[in-house]
Amino acid sequence: MYHFIKLVTLFLFYSIASPAQDIETILEKASIKINQVNDYQASGKMKTNVAFLKVPVANITVYFKKPNKLKLKSEKGVSFIPKGAVSINMNSLLESDRFTIIDAGTEKINNVMMRVAKLLPLDDNSDVVLSTVYIDPSNFVICKAKTTTRENGTYELVMTYGKYIAYGLPDRIVFSFNTRDYKLPKGVTFDFDDGSEKKKPEDLKNKKGKAEIDFNSYSINKGVPDNIF
Amino acid sequence: MWSLLQIEMFKISRRPRTYIAFAAISAIVLIFQFAFKADGSSYMNLMLQSVQDSFELDRIKAINGYFMCYIILNTLLVQVPILVALIAGDAISGEANMGTLRLLLTKPVSRTQLLLVKFMASFIFTVALLLWMAVMALFLSMAIFGVDDMLIFRVSGEESQILQIGADDVLWRYFAAFGYAAIALTVIAALALLLSIYAENSIGPIIATVCIVIICTIVSNIGVPIIDKNVKPWLFTSYLVGWKGFFYIGTNADGQPIPGSLENWPAIRKSLFILIAHIVILLGISIAVFRKKDILS
Repeated sequence: MYHFIKLVTLFLFYSIASPAQDIETILEKASIKINQVNDYQASGKMKTNVAFLKVPVANITVYFKKPNKLKLKSEKGVSFIPKGAVSINMNSLLESDRFTIIDAGTEKINNVMMRVAKLLPLDDNSDVVLSTVYIDPSNFVICKAKTTTRENGTYELVMTYGKYIAYGLPDRIVFSFNTRDYKLPKGVTFDFDDGSEKKKPEDLKNKKGKAEIDFNSYSINKGVPDNIF
Repeated sequence: MWSLLQIEMFKISRRPRTYIAFAAISAIVLIFQFAFKADGSSYMNLMLQSVQDSFELDRIKAINGYFMCYIILNTLLVQVPILVALIAGDAISGEANMGTLRLLLTKPVSRTQLLLVKFMASFIFTVALLLWMAVMALFLSMAIFGVDDMLIFRVSGEESQILQIGADDVLWRYFAAFGYAAIALTVIAALALLLSIYAENSIGPIIATVCIVIICTIVSNIGVPIIDKNVKPWLFTSYLVGWKGFFYIGTNADGQPIPGSLENWPAIRKSLFILIAHIVILLGISIAVFRKKDILS
């Protein structure tokens, strides 16, 4: 009887003393996963959805090398690459020694309960003001990240994982960003007015830009030359 | 009629002023090509100034032969009407000035035939000028800058847009645009020919044609709603830049360009019809006036 009471007491003690994994541990595990990747070269297609930009789907190659080098290149033709797209590199977000981590609870995304962490940069001069990451606690991958910067507005990344989940690399990234209203300098073009009904300017303002990248394949840890970046 | 046309073409080819147009086009194109080779990214920065914080663009790839030709045509097709007027404005008044018109009309050729031949000669000159422009602005630019996807910077209503056309979808648009430009410039030739009938020297019709084109262009682009609604549709200058319609590529619901498509083909077709109607009307008036004209010189 004594042993039974001791066993139950011990079980209850550990149950109370060991809550679900803390957010630092989850971030640490996600970081370990991503840190397996020293470099990669990924090919994919980028679809840009910005009100003033009528551009085709681009075949792109993404090059990454530790610690922080990332480059998006168009394989063929002219491409408009959103400048904030470099933030698709998650490594910089998961360097816990550069941020103060605040547990922001949980949130359900696509029927998966995510752990939410707010990351405040320790460096006062950092361009990033605040990052919020949504982590899948069972796979230790970041599924969503919102980054607010001083200079370039707010970026949002939504990532979907597949074949390369073991490395923490997504199959699909949807990257949302703020765009300014595009205005051509007056008087530089004489345009053909075809008489069609034009959109009202109000419809064009306050639109967010979006770039959707679907990766076909990754070549991981095979080496990427420095001259690419 | 054929031999009359040959004689007319021979006369045009013997005039030094004919070559001024070709030399002017060559000079303008070469200056543009040099300027863009030396510092094309400044122009690109100007066009992208409001979005260069948000996007990266390989400017070297963007400034290619197709893009260059579009920029050059954008500038040149405003000035080419002057060069067309130089020849067409001289067609009848030049003969009157030299005192050869009355002599010419003593030959067994009807006045209508003579006028049609003069018009045909002006049309051939216009086409030759455009072919030279194609060689200099398109093919030479392709050789110097290479080819790649083409960017079009455009204002549509109050909206500015950037369109991207795939490299393999561009060349047919240029052929169509040059064809359209030939018809648009033929309107200028027909106008200059009509004015030429009334004058005894070449300067008057040439300057009058240029003035009409300038005034009508200003009215077409002034952007006053009442003028845009009531006057602009009736001015031929509103349709001179219709060649650009071939570069306004159609897009799908997601805003992605559809290769081989045009945004508004009916508008281009309508513009072509209006320009051809102008040619027919101007030429008809010219024939009617010339047939009844008392030739004194």
